[in-house]
Amino acid sequence: MSNAAIALGLMTAALLAAFVLSLRFRGAQSLEQWSVGNRGFGSALIFVLLAGEIYTTFTFLGGSGWAYSRGAPAYYIIGYAAVAYTASYWLLPAIWRRATAWRVISQPEYFARAFNSTWFGTVVAGVGCFALIPYLVLQLKGLGILVSETSYGLISYEAAIWIGTVATVVYVILSGVRGSAFTAALKDALVLLTVVGLGIALPITLHGGITPMFDTLIAQRPEFFVFPEKGLSGTWYVSTMLMTVFGFYMWPHTFGSVFTARSEDAFRRNAVLMPLYQLVLLFVFFIGFAAISAVPGLEGAEIDLALLRVTGQTYGPWVLGLVGAAGLLTALVPGSLIMMTTATILSRLITSLHPASAEREVQIARLAVPLVAAVSLIFVFSRDQTLVTLLLFAYAIVTQLFPSILLSLCCPQRANALAAFAGIVMGVGTVVWTTFARVSLPSLLPSMPSAVTDVNIGVLALLMNVFVLGVLTVLLQRPRIPTDHTG
Amino acid sequence: MSRPYRLLALVPVLAILGAPWCANRVEPRVFGLPFLLAWISGWVLATSAVLFLVSVLDAREDRADERPHDGAGSQS
Repeated sequence: MSNAAIALGLMTAALLAAFVLSLRFRGAQSLEQWSVGNRGFGSALIFVLLAGEIYTTFTFLGGSGWAYSRGAPAYYIIGYAAVAYTASYWLLPAIWRRATAWRVISQPEYFARAFNSTWFGTVVAGVGCFALIPYLVLQLKGLGILVSETSYGLISYEAAIWIGTVATVVYVILSGVRGSAFTAALKDALVLLTVVGLGIALPITLHGGITPMFDTLIAQRPEFFVFPEKGLSGTWYVSTMLMTVFGFYMWPHTFGSVFTARSEDAFRRNAVLMPLYQLVLLFVFFIGFAAISAVPGLEGAEIDLALLRVTGQTYGPWVLGLVGAAGLLTALVPGSLIMMTTATILSRLITSLHPASAEREVQIARLAVPLVAAVSLIFVFSRDQTLVTLLLFAYAIVTQLFPSILLSLCCPQRANALAAFAGIVMGVGTVVWTTFARVSLPSLLPSMPSAVTDVNIGVLALLMNVFVLGVLTVLLQRPRIPTDHTG
Repeated sequence: MSRPYRLLALVPVLAILGAPWCANRVEPRVFGLPFLLAWISGWVLATSAVLFLVSVLDAREDRADERPHDGAGSQS
């Protein structure tokens, strides 16, 4: 058998296993059942579903690629989740209590209810879809990289993206959330096995151990393992981390997993366990560091190939196939969740204009899936970006929902749809303008020190959002009518 | 604040966010890892430990809240 046949064969087996698992649990009748699995998941499944969002192809390929090329700045990936889970301990039960009392199952409905405004819910749906597209593009790009690398170049990157996208669409249409929960379990087992295995084995094979590996690398470039003075500096690290933490639970699909919980205790248990899960990223970094001397010279978007290149070169097609299978699932599971969420939001938007039966809603949602995939494909082919930069862009957008949700939790009686809308427009507008006009803070403010200008643009957008939201919330507040104190 | 022990949860958060200023060096190495990486990883581990402690104390307080007539000794 050729190398490509072995590696591709293992990946195909993983794909078929995912299909079979999803078929075992098909048969949803209403949209609520299709997308939320009937709001009865216990802690174990919630854990798996939430974990599914951490181990995406971003951590797998993007994390090792950043460790390989950037060094210390990649550490933000290991740190942000711990901060986010600490926040989740209080944030998620608060959201869950309201969502359950209001019987809402999606983020737009939550916002519409909290701000007492249907059109604002529609705006939130739009922002959610807009932020999900680059996130989905990231997963599809990852799939393309995986399939073409494990085929030893036999399948071109473009063809590989088509194959990956079609596989994801088929998978979503076959299954609902249950399919993805069971596949998520398979995925997590495979990822743990391959990442921890490679993270230990590669440094030993290539350097004689983890300590000797760091000895060599530190002797060559000690500055690689600390934050630089400029660019991806301490300021960048803290601002990126805060942006990611605030955005972490704003994803429409993460909101979706919140609704599936049976009780609020599940969130507390998850907050305790999930940081441990995150430590697996250490091994992802070890793989990236080991690749530095083994497969030197990867640049630009190529850094995302570091993990697969070093694996294939060191251990051959069987191990590469296994890693490819794990990688395939890390793209398929979150990718399907994102597609399903986007499709659900779209179908709800459509049926809110033309009310339809529950059965019809599911049909519309299923029809929307290929549409969502097609839109994403346009971006996969047209933009040449690494996985990490794509994710940071997506986060900068979705984080803009955070100030509004905080307001809805802290002072619900002050929630004003117009003020929230203006804040979100300000924030999203800033992100889009700076990204597409390629404006950077150092070029805007050349006289300011880098300690200021290294700040992540998403945080700047967030500050402007908060400012607009705050000012308008105060201005638009109805003048208080003196209340009678008879009660 | 009714549950002051909850402030403990801030400690790992501040340690992780402050890493570029209080741990931005390679030495001393911890289990072979560069110090900065060891610092961040160690505090991620500590996050779990602290949240576990907070959740245990919270569960105890919740039970105490459910039995308001037990008097001051309800914590034991």
